[in-house]
Amino acid sequence: MLSGVLLFNQKGELLIMRAFRQDMRPRLADVFRIQVISNAQIRSPILTLGSTTFSHIKNENIYIVGVSKGNVNAALVFEFLYKLVGLGKSYFGRFDEEAVKSNFVMVYELLDEILDFGYPQNTETETLKMYITTEGVKSERALEDSSKITMQATGALSWRRDNIKYRKNEAFVDVIEDVNLLVSASGTVLRADVNGAIEMRAYLSGTPECKFGLNDSLTLGAAGIEPSVGGPVGNISGNKATKAAAGSVTLEDVSLHQCVKLSSFTNDRTISFIPPDGSFQLMNYRATENVNLPFKVHAIVNEIGKSKVEYSIAIRSNYGPKLFATNVLVRIPTPLNTASTTHRASQGKAKYEPSENCIVWRIARFTGQSEFVLSAEAELTATTTAKQWSRPPLSMQFSLLMFTSSGLLVRYLKVFEKGNYSSVKWVRYMTRAGSYEIRF
Amino acid sequence: MAVNRLRSVLGTPRKGETFELRAGLVSQYAWERKESIQKTIMAMTLGKDVSALFPDVLKNIATPDLDQKKLVYLYLMNYAKSHPDLCILAVNTFVQDSEDPNPLVRALAIRTMGCIRVEKMVDYMEEPLRKTLKDESPYVRKTAALCVAKLFDLNPNLCIEEGFLEILQEMIGDSNPMVVANSVTALAEIHEAAPETKALVITSQTLKKMLLALNECTEWGRITILTTLADYRAQDTKESEHICERVSPQFQHVNPAVVLAAVKVVFLHMQNIENNQLHATYLKKMSPPLVTLVSSQPEVQYVALRNIDLLLQKQPGILDKEMRVFFCKYNDPPYLKLTKLEIMVRIANANNVDQLLAELKEYAMEVDMDFVRKAVRAIGQVAIKIEECAEKAVNVLLELINTKVGYVVQEVIVVIKDIFRRYPGYEGIIPTLCQCIDDLDEPNARGSLIWIVGEYAEKISNAGEILAGFVDGFNEEFAQTQLQILTAVVKLFLKKPDQSQGLVQKVLQAATAENDNPDIRDRAYVYWRLLSSDPQIARNIVLSQRPQITSTIPVLPGPLLDRLLPNLSTLASVYQKPPSTFIGLGRSSALQDAAIEEAREHARENPIAAAAVTAAMTGVSQPPAQSHAENLLDIDFDGAAPASMQKAPMGGASGLEGLAGTPQRVASPAITSPTSAQQGGGGMEDLMGMFGNGGSAPANGGGGGGGGSQDLMNGFASMDLNGGQPPPPQEQLNGGEGGGQKTKEDLLGLF
Repeated sequence: MLSGVLLFNQKGELLIMRAFRQDMRPRLADVFRIQVISNAQIRSPILTLGSTTFSHIKNENIYIVGVSKGNVNAALVFEFLYKLVGLGKSYFGRFDEEAVKSNFVMVYELLDEILDFGYPQNTETETLKMYITTEGVKSERALEDSSKITMQATGALSWRRDNIKYRKNEAFVDVIEDVNLLVSASGTVLRADVNGAIEMRAYLSGTPECKFGLNDSLTLGAAGIEPSVGGPVGNISGNKATKAAAGSVTLEDVSLHQCVKLSSFTNDRTISFIPPDGSFQLMNYRATENVNLPFKVHAIVNEIGKSKVEYSIAIRSNYGPKLFATNVLVRIPTPLNTASTTHRASQGKAKYEPSENCIVWRIARFTGQSEFVLSAEAELTATTTAKQWSRPPLSMQFSLLMFTSSGLLVRYLKVFEKGNYSSVKWVRYMTRAGSYEIRF
Repeated sequence: MAVNRLRSVLGTPRKGETFELRAGLVSQYAWERKESIQKTIMAMTLGKDVSALFPDVLKNIATPDLDQKKLVYLYLMNYAKSHPDLCILAVNTFVQDSEDPNPLVRALAIRTMGCIRVEKMVDYMEEPLRKTLKDESPYVRKTAALCVAKLFDLNPNLCIEEGFLEILQEMIGDSNPMVVANSVTALAEIHEAAPETKALVITSQTLKKMLLALNECTEWGRITILTTLADYRAQDTKESEHICERVSPQFQHVNPAVVLAAVKVVFLHMQNIENNQLHATYLKKMSPPLVTLVSSQPEVQYVALRNIDLLLQKQPGILDKEMRVFFCKYNDPPYLKLTKLEIMVRIANANNVDQLLAELKEYAMEVDMDFVRKAVRAIGQVAIKIEECAEKAVNVLLELINTKVGYVVQEVIVVIKDIFRRYPGYEGIIPTLCQCIDDLDEPNARGSLIWIVGEYAEKISNAGEILAGFVDGFNEEFAQTQLQILTAVVKLFLKKPDQSQGLVQKVLQAATAENDNPDIRDRAYVYWRLLSSDPQIARNIVLSQRPQITSTIPVLPGPLLDRLLPNLSTLASVYQKPPSTFIGLGRSSALQDAAIEEAREHARENPIAAAAVTAAMTGVSQPPAQSHAENLLDIDFDGAAPASMQKAPMGGASGLEGLAGTPQRVASPAITSPTSAQQGGGGMEDLMGMFGNGGSAPANGGGGGGGGSQDLMNGFASMDLNGGQPPPPQEQLNGGEGGGQKTKEDLLGLF
């Protein structure tokens, strides 16, 4: 398994080195620095030198490296490294050089707890936060407390503390979808799919058992608009609010948080679980059929001679007129030898970003069923090499509330608890751009 | 604040910094001591030697403050080796701590004790370990379980004598899932390190317990249990069915590593199930989760893609409808793009090929040179795999030639050559190809074009002129291009004897008199003799029907694939090489052994081929001999397998390959095989005679003709692994593996 974990900054300075086995030698840090960080042409995240394997990921401005000997489970190593990043983020807000440097004792403590002899142990943030605390001097806890913590860190419900009490029992459900789109130059949709996630924030007392209902056979209105169009976050308690919806949504695949009882999901598709306290990702899903694309892009790009490129980009929103997308950003690539650009947009602002080789068009608020046009021209400087422009695809970013591309809908969320308290549930939907690319 | 602290450490080392720390460590104020310990650890992280503070740090070990204790323990683990004697001073605290009422402290003590790798420590560890293994707190028990593995690593004998293994085996039945998982982990580790201990033997009892724990333990525990289940050989079909049924819900887990581990278990145990319907159900069940893995983080995705590549080779068709998912995104890292290309080619079929070709053409216009080349190659692979799309593919390739981008054109030529070897009837495009003759500067592309010119000399009116141009610069060409020129000119001469007598004279002269390369000289002599003895025989040999290639998609040889499947989701599956080839010392010999062993097995299984070759050698030419002869000649040249069988170097597996790949080594077989094929094709008899008479036959080939098989094998083995240019280790592994293994296999079949 993992022999050690290394953290480097961008320049290749060692920030953290934690050995879990004796075959982890300090020299290996230098090997990695020379072979990977100072080697611009390295193209794989895995490097085996001799019998040592370095698996690295990058987050913000640090390299996180797992060092191992032998034929380790590569998927596990990378997953673990990402888990470490996730932990770091939830502990320090972000996981970068600054955070590691100012919290390095903590990072050691965390590493000590989540890896033993190179084998990952409990990595649940909520549980870890109980006994590895940022304040440091919280160790005067009562003894019973410690026993409880350890029970919990190993128990069947390792993700939930006992005796949680809230005055107001609430659960927030966020359905967040990333739409991926790839449109060919001729306008045909090559690929359109949705990666969705249901994120939950549960503030529920006791040990609640939740049941979650999706519209496995139901879907939203014809245009994919939520019944609660335009309104603020809709409160759906029970299943009455969504009875109106009809149709179907097909999910290609779902993966569920470890608190979900997988066997009951396999049997009858019910998602029942005892949620961790606080926020967590309940489920990820993927849909490829009947994807409602929020924006249609029509791009005409003409290269006129060798000195000019003409753009005419039209974007049409394809959702209900009461909805609006925010932070819409369109990146329109320009040739490398662009000297200057002129542009005229019917809405929003466009700006040429020489460092990114593209025109960035920002539209703060994009209402439904409307169309905006940008026409632009890029003047090119003469170059000696007549190298063809590779025409990278045009890409978009946006976020759109109360809209799901897949048509997924939360039908109900039921909470059963011994205390039999009533709870309030809030559901919110959001669609964002994943990789929304249009070739031209 | 902490940053400032760090800066003060980072700053110029003031005189007496150690002194300051020491003063702080023995301070009468607790907070000051704690801060000094933190500073010490910080200095340790930065690589400074603070081992001189050992005694002072040690004094702080007895503290009720858990955080401080952790820091001191951390320091101890780091420097215990350099101060083994002082470590003993800490033992007392450890033993005390292991009986602390606080389970966190007990666990910490036992965890740290295992990490202090000092021989003397072992004696003191035994009692606390025994106690903690039976601790009431599962948290302590799970920590102690792993500690047994640590102890075994340190002193296996003690560990066995004291019966820790038995205790651990009992703990598989623990009521707590995490204890079960860690016990399995520890036992698996011990079992791997010392198989003779039989530490982890799964019975139907333990199987039941593991399946129970599977649904309840952490994601990492699940991976451990799943990995163990995958290695387990079920006793009967029923048990396999049961395992598959219990494991398949894990496909829905959010952690990709769990999903891959579950796929591995089901995939392996499925092979014991005879019920075909069940088979199909499970294959169908695993395809959506596999596709989902493609949307995970890039690095995880890479591992998943490499595994999908393996699974597709075993079970083609599981992802037939999922082509679009593998389309490359513009921002994908290069290693992902290359792997996705390989997978797309594998799942291409008549239904989705149009879409794929359009996509590949798009890729061929991008800027990343490696990726563009791979994309062009993929077009060729698809064209050769699916007959219906060949014409479309050729049109796409012709469009790409018009882009006039140097490396695209070169790659297109190489690909078109392969298409010619597969399908007749595309001679019409030859003039277009000949137009770009001046742009080609890579030996592979030049060779391909020359081969095309030679092969279709009768249909190219100015073939003589083209080849004459090459003959003029014969001595400046790369060796493999020279071989191609030689063969092409001979073909031209046989097809149009009246026009090219002078040319053939000239090239033979140049190849024999002015050339140092024995391979080229020898081939020229072979041709010379052949031409001067009887032109009709020469025609039969040189212009014989060449064998049609069927696929240029790299495929792993069956036995290797079967060995890789149990390694799914590990490094071996990412590199697509058996673990023994890249782990441990003496790697190349392990490679050699494996290859030879495999070849032997092949020869045993396939006596018919061996017999056929014997027959061929005694003068009766039979079909199998063709392909073997083809290989034989190839090996003469560079010791790699022919294109039809050659496994392309692992794309992006090492990341070094792009830099290290010497074009000649990787590319040459594709060129030499057509010529050698047609040489070997018709007149095996004559060729062998030639070797005998001439006395100038290439060293290896000649030895092969006359000598014993054992010698030959050794000769080639050494040549494959060490011969040629010495590539860097990574490259050697990548290139050598597939090619080498295959070659030897074929060779042994021959004798």
